[in-house]
Amino acid sequence: MIHPILFILLAAVAVAAALGMLLSRNAVHSALYLVLNFMTVAVLYLVLNAPFIAMVQITVYAGAIVILFLFVIMLLGAEKLRGAADEVRGSERYHRYAAVLLAVVLIGVFGYLLFQNSLGSTALSPSIDAGPQALGIALFQSYVFPFQVTGVLLLAAVTGVVIFGHTKKRGKDNA
Amino acid sequence: MPSAVDINWYIALSGILFVIGALGVLLRRNAIILFMSIELMLNSANLLFVAFARHLGDLDGQVLVFFVITVAAAEVAVGLALIVAIFRTRKSINIDEINLLKG
Repeated sequence: MIHPILFILLAAVAVAAALGMLLSRNAVHSALYLVLNFMTVAVLYLVLNAPFIAMVQITVYAGAIVILFLFVIMLLGAEKLRGAADEVRGSERYHRYAAVLLAVVLIGVFGYLLFQNSLGSTALSPSIDAGPQALGIALFQSYVFPFQVTGVLLLAAVTGVVIFGHTKKRGKDNA
Repeated sequence: MPSAVDINWYIALSGILFVIGALGVLLRRNAIILFMSIELMLNSANLLFVAFARHLGDLDGQVLVFFVITVAAAEVAVGLALIVAIFRTRKSINIDEINLLKG
């Protein structure tokens, strides 16, 4: 089990990276902070006996998804919003009130859950085999149907992206 | 300080990350950063799934995380394609300016 000091260190890096993503003016910096956050969470996955999920996290999240973000940011040249010097302060006032309210409510709920200790025993179950083989067996035996649905979902996503990407060629009037 | 890291620590970390993601959705006007905040929230949910899978000694939580990651990837691909399509017509990704269904 992970040492408390190590956990606090990792959690601090994760929270700091998330705050950096939230507060960066430049979208490229936000994306890089997001990579740091995903990497830290991947380390926590390794600690939590989920090596396969940790590797998927690094390849899919920190690799593919963030690269997609960076690609779109640089394609559009949209590192910063035009005409919005301070985005957070320029947002609608009720947005900020709603945000603070939501943050307080969520933190309160989590705090209540933690202090009530409503989970009962916090004793850990014995570690199970969660390597790629065990996960693959679970995926292809108990979860075959959701797996197939995921394939259909990805096909639909690819089709949608191709259609969105070709709007210019569909008609000169609408483009 | 408690001597061992148990499930409550992961719940707290996951909650903090989720709140930061929700704040990003509410406070930022840049559509790309909005999507990043959604990813952060999905990621915090994933962390909780894995932590509970470890806590309960059950593999199903990790399988669910696998599906969540797949759906997140599909969502980001479609969302960013939408942003590119909107940017072509409106020349902006400020979500306050994207207020027409027929632009």
